[in-house]
Amino acid sequence: MNAVRIFFVGGYLAYRALFNWIHWTMYVPTMLGGPIFQILFFAYIGRYAGSQSDKYFLVGNAVAICALGGIFGMAMTIGGERWTQTLSSILVTPANRLALFLGRALPNIANGVIVSTVGFVVGSLLLGVSFPAGSIPAIALIVVVSSFSCTAFGTLIGAFGLRGRDIFFFANLMIFVFLLFCGVNVPLDALPTWMQQVASVLPLTHGIQAARRVADGASLGDVSGLVLTELLIGLCYAAIAYALLRLFEIDGRRRATFETM
Amino acid sequence: MSRSFRLFWTGWVFNVKNLTMSGFFILNATISPIFFATIAHYMFAGGTRPGSGLLYASLGAGMMGIWSSVLFGSGGLIQWQRWQGTLEYVIGVPPRLIQVVLPMTVATASIGLYSIASTLLWGRVIFGLPLDFAHPAWFILALVAAIVSLGLLGLVLSSTFVLLRNANSLSNLLEYPVWLVTGLLMSLSLLPGWTRPISWVLAPTWGIRGLRAAALGGDPVVPFLMCVALGSIYLAIGHYTLGYFEVRARKSATLALR
Repeated sequence: MNAVRIFFVGGYLAYRALFNWIHWTMYVPTMLGGPIFQILFFAYIGRYAGSQSDKYFLVGNAVAICALGGIFGMAMTIGGERWTQTLSSILVTPANRLALFLGRALPNIANGVIVSTVGFVVGSLLLGVSFPAGSIPAIALIVVVSSFSCTAFGTLIGAFGLRGRDIFFFANLMIFVFLLFCGVNVPLDALPTWMQQVASVLPLTHGIQAARRVADGASLGDVSGLVLTELLIGLCYAAIAYALLRLFEIDGRRRATFETM
Repeated sequence: MSRSFRLFWTGWVFNVKNLTMSGFFILNATISPIFFATIAHYMFAGGTRPGSGLLYASLGAGMMGIWSSVLFGSGGLIQWQRWQGTLEYVIGVPPRLIQVVLPMTVATASIGLYSIASTLLWGRVIFGLPLDFAHPAWFILALVAAIVSLGLLGLVLSSTFVLLRNANSLSNLLEYPVWLVTGLLMSLSLLPGWTRPISWVLAPTWGIRGLRAAALGGDPVVPFLMCVALGSIYLAIGHYTLGYFEVRARKSATLALR
């Protein structure tokens, strides 16, 4: 029961504490405005190149932008605890570590879903793309799963924040890696084999594929394999992230380096 | 005159070195353009439009890197000085504020040279892109004009963003729209007509046109002259807005507070 409380209440309070500086004048341009222009940017390049349809770029980018909240949010959540010198206070508690860290991920997953949803809605209106009404719940589920897998990956990056100084460099870099490797704007089969192999173990790749097929009329059952793969990849990253958080926590205690910047 | 030039040169060299040591700027100026050039290359390769090739993607992505450097470097320049506690010194020294800030904003555009260099090198090494420019001398002139005009645009950004509380969020917002509206990786004719005046007053539009004309063939003179003209206008605007910011901050004694 205590772990459940830490998961929900602790996660909520941590999010409020670490992101209370985010006014809507900061949130809207950064998390909603920028990503919408990302969708338009690639859709117009696609029109110019004559490569794919607007729907292709809309779906790819609208799913991909959930990574912004997941990757940066988690990197900032864990890195922020260190920056504000509260990490030691948290880790000295006997709280369940799984509930502690995964609870901090929950608001970031929700944020990723909000960002993607706004991307889908505004992008559809601006580009004149429509989706079959029946596909919307399935796409929504895929976005939730993709947001989870991205947040799990962000937790992994955040784990390195217990050791490294500049994890934001890596977080920024991964956003570009996702854009190139995960089939956001380029069909996977157009990429070299080694890039396809890397893409197959990254978050987003299977989620985007599934969302595109659903947007083209496939049912959730048709893409269940892709969705489960996306979920499994997210769970793997979450497990690795948790293991690393524990490892770095133990090592941080041993070397007394939690608050070393 | 020589004193002003020495001040500019010293400030420019220092800030180029300073930005070169920043992981964030190296990521934006060197690494991210390579990712965008690769994406554009694959999009063009899988498309149906002839003539939109590797060099087109390399130049466009390089210019994207220059804009990112200017946007984040110049847009947040005054704020960063404030956070570092150096703004009082920047304003308190005998030279005029514009003489101190201008080398900084031109430096943010100058590290965009890394962007063009990295995307061209990427094209050459990975894809065997032949670097046979139609007008090599004009390419250098067009690049210098693009960098200086973007640096002067940075002067406008630095002096106007500082009046906004959430200037950082504006920087985050303006990266993709300017890439889009200046046609760095596509033709402007695809965009709605009402965006055209916005494109015309932004230096990246003419910067990329000049680079493309010099590299791929065409007339680079008009884009070059437009970069010079826009740069002059940016300088006048920046001079006025920086002066306004300085007076306002001194009057209200909010230099380190806003």
